[in-house]
This record gives sequence, structure tokens and C-alpha cells, in this order.
Amino acid sequence: MSTSLRNNGAALLSVLAAGLLVAGFALAFFWAPEARGDPAFRIFYLHVPVALTAYAAFGWGGWKALRLLWTREERYDLESYVAIHMGVIFGLLALVTGSVWARYTWGVWWTWDERQLVLFLVLFLFYSAYFMLRFSTPPGPRRARTSAVYALFGVALIPVSFLAIRLAERYIHPVVLTRDPKIENEMLVSFFVCLAGMLVLAGALYLVELSGKRADARLRELRELLT
Amino acid sequence: MIRARGLGRRFGDKRVLAGLDLDVGSRELLLVTGPNGSGKTTLLRLIAGLIVPTAGEIEVDADRAHIGFLAHEPLVYRELTPLENLELYGRLYRIPERRERIGMLLERFGLWDARHESTAALSRGMLQRLALCRTLLHDPELVLLDEPFTSLDAAGSELLLDELTDDARRTIVVASHQPERLGDRPTSRLALAAT
Amino acid sequence: MTAYLADVAALTRKDLLVELRSRDTVPAMLLFVVGGLVVFHFALADDSSRLASAGMLWIALLFTALLALVRSFVAERDEAVIDGLLLAPCDRSAIWLGKTLSVVAFLALAELVALPAFALFYEPVTWELVAGVALANIGIAAVGTLLGAMAAAARARELLLPLLFMPLAIPLIVGGVGATLAEDPGRYLGFLALYDLIFAILSWASFEYVVTE
Repeated sequence: MSTSLRNNGAALLSVLAAGLLVAGFALAFFWAPEARGDPAFRIFYLHVPVALTAYAAFGWGGWKALRLLWTREERYDLESYVAIHMGVIFGLLALVTGSVWARYTWGVWWTWDERQLVLFLVLFLFYSAYFMLRFSTPPGPRRARTSAVYALFGVALIPVSFLAIRLAERYIHPVVLTRDPKIENEMLVSFFVCLAGMLVLAGALYLVELSGKRADARLRELRELLT
Repeated sequence: MIRARGLGRRFGDKRVLAGLDLDVGSRELLLVTGPNGSGKTTLLRLIAGLIVPTAGEIEVDADRAHIGFLAHEPLVYRELTPLENLELYGRLYRIPERRERIGMLLERFGLWDARHESTAALSRGMLQRLALCRTLLHDPELVLLDEPFTSLDAAGSELLLDELTDDARRTIVVASHQPERLGDRPTSRLALAAT
Repeated sequence: MTAYLADVAALTRKDLLVELRSRDTVPAMLLFVVGGLVVFHFALADDSSRLASAGMLWIALLFTALLALVRSFVAERDEAVIDGLLLAPCDRSAIWLGKTLSVVAFLALAELVALPAFALFYEPVTWELVAGVALANIGIAAVGTLLGAMAAAARARELLLPLLFMPLAIPLIVGGVGATLAEDPGRYLGFLALYDLIFAILSWASFEYVVTE
């Protein structure tokens, strides 16, 4: 993909993202009804799209990793890395928004009983280790392949961890905290608009970071050629 | 036997080899010279298939079972005896009549008496001879030698030279600081420059 | 197929022989795991609960395993001996399998001491616990061997391996502790088997990408 197209693509997506998010939040706050049974429900419109976007980013990173291992083409390494970077950023946001939601619903900043939150914590740990791996390994084909394999392990870990967390609840004897809002159609529509906006935003940031990193790489290559 | 076009390899930001073209026919003896850091070891590792190029391409007409590589390190397990080490490699290279071949090589390189000793106790010269046994164990068509003369004493060097010239079927690539040891045996030479 | 298995056998034999001669890893593991169990007595205010002691055992086993894993690649890494294996015509995954089997053996040896010690200090050992330990061994060895190869190329290897391993160890801990404590240990043993299946296959298939330069 040529740089100009990518830059234009990123600009386009940013505008689209802004539009969708503004529309989504407007719908969420002014059109969708209040949720009974959950005082802080509106965070749902932020937290869940962010979380789902993080999953999507990890999945995209895993896909690029698979392509790298399949074709051995170096460009997939950067694409996979940037995708996972997005995933970690959105993952951190998911943890923060989730924590805020817990605070407003139950009065605690953290709870082990919220499965999604715990899963995110585990994944956040895993993908943070991904960055440690990249940081400690000298750059080259080996680092690219190793990162790709680790990224794929992360994708496999998602369902396995989720299962583990569910199983752990059976012997940890949790204090049962529930939130039980009734979801109505208007809420669903607003949610999907917010979700779309978040995904597009992630896409825009992905393209921006990718072109930035590629420019860096080109610069380094040119510098090498000149010395 | 070996063909390279525009071969290059970088480690991080450092380019060790660049734009190398190479043609080695079978049964040739190529001598590679160059100062430290010029990429001699890297070139041999590329030929052996231990590393992949980051630029250009390389084609070698021998697979792993037919390549012998004498590397910088002896690549033997210190906790095992010479015999056990060669037994292991003998199995991995699926050598027919393993025992006989191992015995013959140990004898040829003067290691027969030390075959049950711990490899950690061997002198550097003996270790290098063991590495040679490992390299030649599977009777490879293509032999790659990285600074073979550095740790060998005079007798060992003689043995190596005999071994190299005895069997004219082999294709040999030698990287060495001491090209005079090979006399006029090399059929072609390659001088690498430091990058 | 038989050639493959013969390669694996030769490689496992090599690892076991090297350990037998150097006696580096297993004695340290034995001391470490027993020492860990003793330390936990002082660390926990009330260790009479079954829940606490089960948890402690699994943590002790996990850290002991990390000890073994860090060591398992040391020799080959330090003197690049692994190049010798990579030059050989054997499949790279055979190297993984050979190493994994030897790590399982070391873990089993350590547990031969750890479990009786645990029974002596804390709680009797049930067959579900033993089954859980056996299944967890496979998972730990399989994933740990792969991660060990990954970390081998990196700078702070001894730090990196535990870091990479921790999140992947969580399901193993859940399975293990569940098998020890829960009313339906079968479910947890099944989960451990599932983990082993998924991650052993992944590790087996991806080893060659990770170990070659």
C-alpha cells in the first residue's frame, strides 16, 4: 500500500471514527433509555466496545503473525506488532473503564468476580510480556518469527483462560455480585454505533502507527546505505 | 554446488554481508579470507543453512544430511565422552555401520584412547579433532571449515589436510586467517572486505 | 515415523545423560521445592486449611519447574551446541519433543520428593492430586521448552522465561488446584488434558520457527 493512500486512509478513518463515536455517544446519552438495575450503566457504551476492539486487535495481530510464518515476508512483522500494540492500549483502557464501572456499581475498584475483567488482566499480562520479548531480542528474522509464535499463543490463550477463570470460580467460592440491566433495542443500536466507531478508531490509529514505524525503518535503511 | 546472488545479511542495524555473488562448483576448494568482522563465519553459516539471508538469495545443492560444518565452537557436549557424542550424532545422521565408522574416525584422529574420557577434560587441540570427527562423521559431500587450523597442532593440521585432499569427491569451503597452510590446494579464492 | 522417534529417543537420552553427569538441575530442584514448602509454613499465618496448602504446593511446583526450564537450554545456548543439532537432518520438532520428555522426567523426579514432603508437612496426597501433577507436568514441559527456545535468543534470558510463562501457567494452576480441592476433580483433570493437547500441539508445530536463526 503506497504511503499516500495509507495516509489518506488513516485521515479518512479518523474522520469516520470521530463521526461514529460522536453519534454513538449522543445516541447513548440522549436517545437510549436509562438502565434500571445498574446506576453506572452508561459506561457500558464505552467499556464493552473498547474491550471488543482489543480482542479484535489481538486477533488481527494473530492473523498477521500467521501470515508471517506462512510467507516469511518481513512486512507482516510490523503489522502484527502494531496490531498487538493497539490491543494492549485498548486492553488497558478496558481495564480502566471496567474498574471505574465496578467502583460505581459495587463500590470497589477491583473485583475478581467479574470474569471479563479478570480475563483482560491475564491477557494484558501476556501481551505485555510480548513487548518484553521484542525488547530483549535483537531485531531480525528470528525476533519476527518468535513474536509471531507468541502472538498466536496469545490467541489460543483467550478461550483457554476464559475457561480457566470459570473453572476457578467453582473452588474460589466467590461473593456473587450481579448487575442485571434490561437491554432494550435502542440501547443495542447505540451500542453497535459506538462499537463501530471504536473499531474504526483502532483502525485509524493502526494505520497511523504503521506508517510512522515504516517511515522509521526506511530512514534507518537509508542511513545504513549511506555509511 | 553453491550459488549466491546479491547475498546479504544484517544483524539489527549492522550489515555484515552485502551484495555477494558466489559460484562454487562441485569438488572445488574455495578459500575465504578477510579480516575479523568481514563476515566469513556468517557466510559459512548461510551456506550451512543455520541462518537465512536478509537480502539476496543462496542455493546449495546439498541438504543437511550431506553438509559437514566445522564451526567456531566444537559443538560437542562437555558432559559426554567423545564416544557418546559421536554416537549421538551418528544416530541423528543415520549413519550405516555406526560403530565401525566412529571407531575408524576416532582412530584416524588419534582420539581412540581418550574415547571414554569426559570431553570437558580434553585439551583444545583434542577438542578440535573431535569436532573434525563430528564434521566428517557422515561423509558429507560439502564440507565447511571455519578457521580449522586455529586450535590444531601440527600433527592435527597434517591429518586435516590429508583428509581434505584424500577424498576428491568433496566440495570444500575454508575460511581461514592462515591461507598459507593450504598452499596451492584452493581452486578459487574469495576475499571479503570489512563493512 | 520410526526414524523420527529414533531421533527423539537419541535426544532425550542425551539430555538425561547430560543431567546424570552434571547433576546440576535435579538436586537443586529437590532442595528448592522442599525449601519452598518449608518457607510457606512461615509465610502463611494459618496453613491448616486445605485450600491454602493446595495453593502453596502448586506455587512451589511452578517455581521449581521454572528452575528446570531455565536450565534446560543453558548448555546448548552457552556454547552454541544447539547448532550441532540444527545442522543434523532431524526434524526441529524432534528436538522439542526430546527436550520436553526430559523435562517431564526431571519434574517427575522432583515430585517424587515433593509430594511425600507435602504429605508429611501438610495434607495427605490424593490420587487426583497425583493425576493433576502428572498432567500439569506435560503442559509445563511442553510450553516451557518452547518458551525456553524463544528466550534463548534474548538478552535477559533468565528473567524473560518466567515472564513469558506466567500467564500461560495460570490455566495449569487452576486445573491443578481444582483437581486437588474441588468436589468434581474430573472436570479439572479434563481441562488440564485439554490444555496439554492444545499447547503441546502448538509448541510442537511452532518450535522450528523459534529455534532457528
